[in-house]
Amino acid sequence: MDTEILARIQFAFTIAFHYIYPPISIGLGVLLVIMEGMYVKTGNKIYETITKFWIKIFALVFAMGVATGIVMEFEFGTNWATYSRFVGDVFGSALAAEGIFAFFLESGFLAILVFGWNRVSTRMHFFSTIMVSFGSMLSAVWIVVANSWQQTPAGYHIVNNGGFLRAEITDFWAMVFNPSSVDRLIHTLSGAWLTGAFLVLSVSAFYLLKNRHIDFAKKSMKIALSLAIFASLFQLFTGHQSAQGISSTQPAKLAAFEGHYNTSPAPLYLFGWVNNDEQKVNFGVSIPGMLSYLTYGDFQKPVKGLNDFKPEDRPPVNIVFQSYHLMVAIGFTLIGLSLLSLLLLRKDALFKNKLFLKILVGSVLLPQAANQLGWISAEVGRQPWIVYNLLRTKDAISKSVGSGEIIFSLILFTLIYALLFVLFIFLLDRKIKHGPEDATENDGVYSEQKAIFKNK
Amino acid sequence: MDLNIIWFILVGVLLTGYAILDGFDLGVGALHLLTKTDEERRISINSIGPVWDGNEVWLVTGGGALFAAFPDVYATVFSGFYIAFMLLLFVLIFRAVAIEFRSKQESKRWRGAWDIAFSVSSIIIALLMGVAIGNIIRGIPVGADKEFAGTFLGLLNPYSLLVGITTVALFTMHGAIYLVMKTEGELQNKVRTWVNNTIIFFVICFVTATMATLIYYPNMITHFKDNPSFFLVAIVTMLAIANIPREINNKREFRAFLSSASTIALLLVLFAIGIFPNIVLSNPIVENSLTIYNASSSQKTLMIMLIMAIIGMPFVVAYTIIIHKIYKGKVKLDDTSY
Repeated sequence: MDTEILARIQFAFTIAFHYIYPPISIGLGVLLVIMEGMYVKTGNKIYETITKFWIKIFALVFAMGVATGIVMEFEFGTNWATYSRFVGDVFGSALAAEGIFAFFLESGFLAILVFGWNRVSTRMHFFSTIMVSFGSMLSAVWIVVANSWQQTPAGYHIVNNGGFLRAEITDFWAMVFNPSSVDRLIHTLSGAWLTGAFLVLSVSAFYLLKNRHIDFAKKSMKIALSLAIFASLFQLFTGHQSAQGISSTQPAKLAAFEGHYNTSPAPLYLFGWVNNDEQKVNFGVSIPGMLSYLTYGDFQKPVKGLNDFKPEDRPPVNIVFQSYHLMVAIGFTLIGLSLLSLLLLRKDALFKNKLFLKILVGSVLLPQAANQLGWISAEVGRQPWIVYNLLRTKDAISKSVGSGEIIFSLILFTLIYALLFVLFIFLLDRKIKHGPEDATENDGVYSEQKAIFKNK
Repeated sequence: MDLNIIWFILVGVLLTGYAILDGFDLGVGALHLLTKTDEERRISINSIGPVWDGNEVWLVTGGGALFAAFPDVYATVFSGFYIAFMLLLFVLIFRAVAIEFRSKQESKRWRGAWDIAFSVSSIIIALLMGVAIGNIIRGIPVGADKEFAGTFLGLLNPYSLLVGITTVALFTMHGAIYLVMKTEGELQNKVRTWVNNTIIFFVICFVTATMATLIYYPNMITHFKDNPSFFLVAIVTMLAIANIPREINNKREFRAFLSSASTIALLLVLFAIGIFPNIVLSNPIVENSLTIYNASSSQKTLMIMLIMAIIGMPFVVAYTIIIHKIYKGKVKLDDTSY
């Protein structure tokens, strides 16, 4: 296999694995602020229990995020050296900003969050929680800015640097607020909030089903539900904003989203299967003119099709189409689940409806899947460019790294990530089964043992 | 002083911060298997428990700053040292995982396995960093296209391995001193005996590596010849090293720790003076070297980042001091410990 494909497989694999964790941290971080805020405000011990439990989960997830995140930072240099030379002036500064402004903030205050309960005051602890949550979102800001610059470069010029072309910053704020930054940032953050919210919903539903930690579960669930309702609806807005932005900044990507080949008024597909050779969507159900309407507010206005781009400038269509449509479908499912939960809560049935609780337990996977699919459609939709219209992916790899070396690292990553994932699931499962400390209900053997121990 | 020199210094400051802070984490790791009971091992791990990942952030930010300020260096070194960096990533992950997962099961085999993983990965991290520094001193083959033109095995030469072992020795000494600060009673007495041995081990390595450098890589002493006042740095380094056993014998651990932290910083200053203005010396074709001028980002970007550093660094220093203040004193195991 050639080095370009191998390098891409490795990057895709390591970033996909990494991106399981940061969204949980960001989403759970927001919930922790609410949870601990409730504790500080009401002084009710149950909120302390809730906060402490979720901080333990947060710490585990955060550690996974750090361990897999450092790989990403190194990989630009190891596997994409030509890219690094080309964008270092621009992209590097966003990464450095992430380090200086976000990472130190997060990791510093995380130490207080996890180990500081007995060492600092409640207020200082609450402040640390806010800082960690803020830091995790700040980190998203810089990384999404860097990635958005690859999608819609702005605030730069191309310079000949000793025989090599590269991009250099001309206007820092234009680079930061490039045309897609804000849309993509709010879309990414909102997806992360959903990820955290549905994790809490899922675990709480699990406890309700098992009839354990009832008070804990109900209160956790209400807090998570409020975020889920807000974020799932907000996602409608951010998704629409993003798609509209793409129609002007990356029209080839939008065309691939909908499998749209000839410039004409475009339908919106609910689902379908793209046949790239025949240039049509098979087995599809669509709303005629809807894409034109969503993009331009006019059912008749033509949308640029893929045939307007040279064959070598088009992204792979079907994978982009499928990942995009699945993501949208999951997005609507999450809205449905959130609103249904609210309805059931109003009717006082949410905590009793076993079938619905079972669905909620499984729902933790949905935002995770949507995050991954969203990134696949965004990044594969950017192809064949690594920096849109400036540098091709195939021209961006490290010249001094051979395929044998990448196979070696790919095998090692596969092994170590498989091990990491098994350990992560195992520990998460144990923490969840163990449940929160100081639980008032009877938790079976463990709490009895603890009660005996305490009486001694 | 121009922006390129400022960034050469700033990247150096970040990496020095990393070496001092994560240096003791790695040293504690290297010594970890010398502790015997589970309680001692928990104290060992928890002595770095709340701070190690914050310390690692200095490396992440140093890497980011290198990428932003000297993209060609970042690209050439990271792709050129591919296998070495991959190994470094794996051991960094392994160390993180070992610290995080060890405490989660009571079983002796589980904990024993993670203890070994923690210790071995700490040693390998230190070794790889030293090997990288050794190769930068020797120079590596760089082509006219700025790409690395050597092999992985070529990086494992005797001199670089010597620098690697010296780095392990340095961090082990640093970690041992840190551990004396964090422990008490019987365990502290035990650790105290290790400190003396690690000092001897380090001094032997240091003298050998220095002799080797002077004999085989005289390029490192050019600036010292041209500007004899730099020799003062070398003298202060010797004094800092000599001060360590003195403070330890007087049971002033914190001052010993400051001395070993200064030793690390001063050694890196000597290294930086030696390689300046090259960051990657090309050997044998010197013209292909990557310097702070031909490998840097634009002046505008260096300026933007300097502003960011001026805004951000006071916060970074403040967090670092606050966290270490909150967790200063002896390790006390409680329900939040590893």
